[in-house]
Amino acid sequence: MIEKRAPTSGQLDLSFSRRAVFIGGVQATIGGVVATRMGYISIFESERYKLLSESNRINLTLIPPRRGWFIDRLGKPIATNRADFRVDIIPDRLVDKDATIKTLAQLLSLDQDDIDRIAREVTEAQGFQPVEVASGLDYESFARVSVRLPDLPGVSPRQGFSRYYPSGAAVGHLLGYVGVVSAEEYKLNRDPLMITPGFKIGKDSLEKAFEPQLQGKPGAKRTEVTARGKIVRDLSTRSDTPGKPVQLAINIDLHNYAARRLGMESGSVVVIDCLTGDILAMVSMPCFDPNSFSEGIGRMEWKMLSGDERVPLRNKSLQGLYPPGSTLKPMVGLALLKQGIDPAETVTCGGGYRLGNRVFKCLGRHGPMNMTDAIMKSCNTYFYAMSNRVGYDAIAPVARELGLGQRFPLPFSSQSYGTVPDSAWKLKKFGQEWTSSDTLNATIGQGYMIASPFQLALMSARIASGLKLQPEILLKKRQPAAHLSCPDEHLDVVRKGMDLVVNGAGTAVRSRLELDAIQMAGKTGTAQVRAIKDGFRGKSGAWKYRDHGLFVCYAPTVNPRYAASVVIEHGMGGARAAAPVAKDVLTFLFDPGKAMAALETFEAGWGGGIQERMDRQYAAFQAAQGGTP
Amino acid sequence: MNSIVPAPIAALPWRIILILLALVAIGTTVLYSAAGGSFQPWAGQHMIRFLVLAAMAIAMSRMPLEFWKSITFPLYGILILMLVAVEIVGFAGGGSQRWINLGFISIQPSEIMKPAIVLAAAWFFDRLPPAKINSLEAIWPVGALVIVPSILVIIQPDFDAALAYIFCVVVIAFLAGLPILYFWAGGGAIMALAPIVYFFGLRPYQQNRVLIFLNPEKDPLGAGYHITQSKIAIGSGGIFGKGFGNGTQSHLDYLPEGHTDFIFATMAEEWGLAGGLVILFLYYLLMRWGLTVAMESRTRYGQLVAAGLTCTIFFYMMINLLMVVGFAPVAGLPLPFVSHGGSSMLTMMICIGIIMSVERHPGSRRGQLS
Repeated sequence: MIEKRAPTSGQLDLSFSRRAVFIGGVQATIGGVVATRMGYISIFESERYKLLSESNRINLTLIPPRRGWFIDRLGKPIATNRADFRVDIIPDRLVDKDATIKTLAQLLSLDQDDIDRIAREVTEAQGFQPVEVASGLDYESFARVSVRLPDLPGVSPRQGFSRYYPSGAAVGHLLGYVGVVSAEEYKLNRDPLMITPGFKIGKDSLEKAFEPQLQGKPGAKRTEVTARGKIVRDLSTRSDTPGKPVQLAINIDLHNYAARRLGMESGSVVVIDCLTGDILAMVSMPCFDPNSFSEGIGRMEWKMLSGDERVPLRNKSLQGLYPPGSTLKPMVGLALLKQGIDPAETVTCGGGYRLGNRVFKCLGRHGPMNMTDAIMKSCNTYFYAMSNRVGYDAIAPVARELGLGQRFPLPFSSQSYGTVPDSAWKLKKFGQEWTSSDTLNATIGQGYMIASPFQLALMSARIASGLKLQPEILLKKRQPAAHLSCPDEHLDVVRKGMDLVVNGAGTAVRSRLELDAIQMAGKTGTAQVRAIKDGFRGKSGAWKYRDHGLFVCYAPTVNPRYAASVVIEHGMGGARAAAPVAKDVLTFLFDPGKAMAALETFEAGWGGGIQERMDRQYAAFQAAQGGTP
Repeated sequence: MNSIVPAPIAALPWRIILILLALVAIGTTVLYSAAGGSFQPWAGQHMIRFLVLAAMAIAMSRMPLEFWKSITFPLYGILILMLVAVEIVGFAGGGSQRWINLGFISIQPSEIMKPAIVLAAAWFFDRLPPAKINSLEAIWPVGALVIVPSILVIIQPDFDAALAYIFCVVVIAFLAGLPILYFWAGGGAIMALAPIVYFFGLRPYQQNRVLIFLNPEKDPLGAGYHITQSKIAIGSGGIFGKGFGNGTQSHLDYLPEGHTDFIFATMAEEWGLAGGLVILFLYYLLMRWGLTVAMESRTRYGQLVAAGLTCTIFFYMMINLLMVVGFAPVAGLPLPFVSHGGSSMLTMMICIGIIMSVERHPGSRRGQLS
């Protein structure tokens, strides 16, 4: 109401005092708000902010755990860890990608292939993932990068461990390899360990299958850092818990020997213990070097491996499927005996078997053949005649009992199981009736019949032992295997035949073991490559059209101890290509010195061991591609 | 007076000097710690600046009110010219500029304008016949007084300074007795216009800035970083703090501007809520002193000047503290007497000096002795 009239100076004085008190009240209120807010933050939210303050201050660096070793049945290392100096790039923190890579290339003298790989991986890594620049560095190179760190944001040099496979390429397919976690894998498991520089997980085969056991627990290093990431001091370090070792049934010396003995060939050797079913060796060559795969493979090397017609990226022992050829004849013999065929009954071989108006050829004119002779000479005519008599539906169950076409719970993610055909299978697959000519083809391991080298070795081991052996890659105590359904007398007949193949007048006499008192029994096989039609025997011509050479065997002939299969792709014949390899591999088990001497002679002729030849091949490939050596 | 203390010293306004000394001592301690336990580069300078400027303030307190009245408009005019000059120099120099370099000293005219505008507004209301207080004549001159420098500093751009001018002039106008209805209407208009301005007046990035202020965790590494780190510093300090020299937020550079705008957070991390309450109490004493001086002054000019300058100091304090605790957007205003920084200290001490002058010269009530 004062405002309505003209105020006097006295009234203004009064109004000033009132309003000044009001202003003071407002000020006190704001002060109270600040005090209350501060009290709330520092009392009720204190715990939360203390945590945030600590997480600001402390940088937790994970120390990747050392990976568990793979050891062989005697405790020898197959995969270990090697202390090394390494340099990674954290793409997120890179400032100038090209300049940084260029500087690193200069400091570490990287070649163009490495530079391309790093540039590619940095682009693909989407920020979070460390990209390996180089590992296995010597201290000098490591120090050169370390002193330049202030100019190289995003570069992380560290001391760590890397996976090391002493056998190199020999164990590539058996163990697989390790590598940095991919974007897909990180999406599934957001563990910060996954993106810690230097951490790698199993990418294939056993390294992948036993990942949980091998991985171990990471250590951690706590450091105090400034807002700009400068380390003020180390606070504490907890060391890592290494992963647990995995003991394999493999005999690594035998395995390495077999890998070397395959030499220039593309093929597989599988050796199985006849007492337990343990897989003693499972070699597939040629193979990539898991050491270089684990470091991050260069584009050039990848191109070389993926373009090679000998498919070094496929595990032929488990994934390769081949027509088993005549190696099936002992199995067919067992089936015939089961059907009541008298093993002494003879069939006269006149060079072939007439079915209707078609003649199925034999490789020779063997004359009268009983069962053991027919196995020894690999006479097709005998088996054509007898199989046609009993029918293939009587033979297929025996093939399956011996392991063909069967799945086994081995810890390999990628396996092929092959086919044991019979009338029901054909009807289902093609909607057609089984014919006699299907029987004849299947009997000599051609046609629909395909198997993996591993299955052939198991078949051989089951015939040799008479037991339904279960294959096993890990070394562990197991239940003794049951006896096969066929009686020992039947087994003795076919074993006799296999004995004669090597030690009688058979197809593999030249591969007889040169040992006192120990002899090998076996069966050769020669499998046509499917593309070849009759009239062309596959003994010459381009490599990839030649016949596969196969050999299944066991030793000693009395109380067999070891069984094996050897498959040489396009080796042109079992006796010629596969049996000599089997002979040396089995010799190694009984007399390593003698076997080694034989191998060294071969390797001198081939131009060195596996690593030397691979290095030379890579250099030649690079030169052919116009790359810098 | 038979005291061992000589009369000229005993006559000094010790109450206010002790309050300021306490604040500056706290500031010096915090700056010493923030520099990692060193008087370099902040703490020593801070103390010396205060001592020099305190001497200046005491000298200013000797000046009679008539002196301030007489220099008000020349000072205001010169500062306007200097603001224009800063614009021209800045334009010529190809960048925004706030300083004017006179060779021996750099002057920031927008800072000096803060006490000057208070003097000008007080001078105007003192001259205005009381009967005219409800008329339009009471409004437009004071409006012009504040709008001209505000526009000049907004061009710089220095919104904080413009806000300070407007705040102080509004407070003085309120205290001078302008009808209360104006303030209700003004406040209501701002409330009504704010959403309209937000949705139609602001660009998306400006809207975003407002949103981040309302929820700093939304953008912890961008614009919300300062506020988030400040709250972490205060919250992790707890009730009694981490102890002198143990603040990690400031020492490891997580807290930006830990020696200037965010010094309160630096302090709170090491001294906790307890330290914060001590500072708030000292500010309470300071404000009480300022307003008491205003109410005890017997001249209208003295009343308005003392209250206006007290509110200038309060404006700094309020914006800074609300910002540090996360209740106001990040602004570049330091904490008076505690933050390191010469130009704000100069402004503050000019205010203190003039208030001391009002305290020393309460004058006589108009109409009683004239």
